[in-house]
Amino acid sequence: MNTCPVPLSEHKTIQMAHGGGGRLMRQLIDQIFVAGFDNEILDEQSDSAVLDLTSDRLAFTTDSYVVQPLFFPGADIGKLAVCGTANDLAMAGARPVYLSAGFILEEGLSVALLSDVVRSMRQQADTAGIRIVTGDTKVVDRGKGDGIFINTSGIGVMSSQTKPGPSAIREGDAILLSGDLGRHGIAVMTQRDGLTFESPVESDCDHLWPVVHALQEHGVTLHCLRDLTRGGLASALVEVAESARLRLHVSARAIPVRDDVRGACELLGLDPYYVANEGRMIVIVPQAEVEQALICMREQTISAQATCIGRIDGDGDGRVTIESEIGVKRILDMLSGEQLPRIC
Amino acid sequence: MKYIDEYRDAESSRGYAEAIHKLTTRPWQIMEVCGGQTHAIVKFGIDQLLPDLISLVHGPGCPVCVTALETIDRALEIAALPDVIFCSFGDMLRVPGSKDNLLSVKSKGHDVRIVYSPLDAVTMAESNPNKEVVFLAVGFETTAPANAMAVYQAHQRGVKNFSVLVSHVLVPPALEAIMNDRECSVQGFLAAGHVCTVMGYRAYVPIASRYRVPIVVTGFEPVDILQGVYMCVRQLEEGRYEVENQYTRSVRETGNSAAQEIVEKVFRVDDRSWRGIGEIPGSGFTLRTAYESLNAELRYPSQRSAVVEPAECISGSVLRGVAKPHECPAFGKNCTPEHPLGATMVSSEGACAAYYRYRGSELVDDPAPAV
Repeated sequence: MNTCPVPLSEHKTIQMAHGGGGRLMRQLIDQIFVAGFDNEILDEQSDSAVLDLTSDRLAFTTDSYVVQPLFFPGADIGKLAVCGTANDLAMAGARPVYLSAGFILEEGLSVALLSDVVRSMRQQADTAGIRIVTGDTKVVDRGKGDGIFINTSGIGVMSSQTKPGPSAIREGDAILLSGDLGRHGIAVMTQRDGLTFESPVESDCDHLWPVVHALQEHGVTLHCLRDLTRGGLASALVEVAESARLRLHVSARAIPVRDDVRGACELLGLDPYYVANEGRMIVIVPQAEVEQALICMREQTISAQATCIGRIDGDGDGRVTIESEIGVKRILDMLSGEQLPRIC
Repeated sequence: MKYIDEYRDAESSRGYAEAIHKLTTRPWQIMEVCGGQTHAIVKFGIDQLLPDLISLVHGPGCPVCVTALETIDRALEIAALPDVIFCSFGDMLRVPGSKDNLLSVKSKGHDVRIVYSPLDAVTMAESNPNKEVVFLAVGFETTAPANAMAVYQAHQRGVKNFSVLVSHVLVPPALEAIMNDRECSVQGFLAAGHVCTVMGYRAYVPIASRYRVPIVVTGFEPVDILQGVYMCVRQLEEGRYEVENQYTRSVRETGNSAAQEIVEKVFRVDDRSWRGIGEIPGSGFTLRTAYESLNAELRYPSQRSAVVEPAECISGSVLRGVAKPHECPAFGKNCTPEHPLGATMVSSEGACAAYYRYRGSELVDDPAPAV
């Protein structure tokens, strides 16, 4: 937990000059970012961070975050920017260690709000043992941004020589899901569209590395890991099936979705299998290791509800099938675009 | 979840499916009227539990699908005007007009917004006094009360910068049009539960008796639909043609009188053109004279000429229950949700979209290349 107070800049809102390369930009970097992220690598303020790594096998990824609203129940754009990129590393079986953070700020943005976002990023980084070691700031004219855009790139250290991925999947493997679906997407969507629920659904945004690490420590053979972000469970399954050229089969009755999320989905005409998550993943393991993997996942708070939702069938057609609640099998496909709320 | 889980129960579903198998002695064609029912049938695989003798055909009850091309083009025209905030239910944004859709108008920088309640559009007009807020009021009897309330409230509150582009449609005249269609071979209807929740089901009694067709007011979950099919087949096998109510947990014979009152106050019945079907007499709502000042069609005269649907699209036959989506040569090839030829491929309640989403890769041998 970060207890370091972030002093406010003398300006209460971001000015174009905060990105202009002059004294005001220096002040913003020093007072908000360097003080906020506070580590010796960033403190050096060199053009590049120089990193000492314990392995020569690394994972490297990048992602950009443009969520609206910037703060929503259970998380905010800062937490998302750290967890999202860290989770992409974890899905390669890599321990996330370093992040960069690039900010595109809109003129007029509240400096206090920026400080809150930075504080949230620091807190998430500390929780996961990650350091934010380099960054960049640009300011765009008012109306040309959406408050804050953040890009984070991450470096992770591989602890084993094998990388989980679709090519490692074998016929007969089991598909495990780390928890209930749809909370992040519904948390954001209901805030964005001004819908109110008696108990707001909180985003599931969180770090997945502890779960992956626990599975590795217990010697579970990880054939494939995939986090269930944009496009949700359905899109992740289809991507994996197409890459592996195998048929994935899941059962609707085994897939947990909380009642408040289901209620919101029913109301809005959305399918929870396509709604985004930020702290959920599928884990594909050999059938013989299912029990051990589930015990291990259920010991972690974030995956306490882990469950087996399906298996890999022999058919090599790269499709996903789902057995509906009433026991009929059908195709589960990707959507062509964003889900739009229906009329009635 | 109450009212959901018990109606998605595998055992009850199988129980009804077995009862329908025992009951059926001859081939019957039944139309589910509502697009929401069509999606449930294809999503849950309800039709696959039925005997081969029973064929479910899909009806015109998809508001997005039947909104006339002229109305969509008019919406696109208005949405592209300066200082207009154009509001619509989410589903309408992807529906193709003759050239564009609302999403592409939005991407050109015009202000197109999704609303969940038409009353939000009235509030939006009040908080943006320098803009003109136009709401696309489409739908069946289900959305009519809320849309009527928005018009009524805007009128009462003197909101001058609010108007509605009305394209409301009504179910009973559509059922008559289907029964009058020579190509039609529908023998029984599952009527749309939500529409009847608002309007009741008295209007269906003369239709059932005139056309000797059983009509069962039906809900939207698998057990509802199977029970509705069971009740319809039982009538067919027994030679009865009555109006029955499966959806008793929501529908009363007389419907929701408060909702009907506001609809009656604001709208009057008028002829309406249905996309893919054509004009059906007395099948729509239009604003009463007292509310004409809020009519966007009068406020923004059209500059456009007549429009035609792509010749390849058979959505009209699909909406009349004469063809199934995959019988269209363009299905999954020239016509996909990414590049739809007709509205039935776009809407979350459209039959073509349901077939493509839940059965697409099984039905299309040579799909369009990914784009």
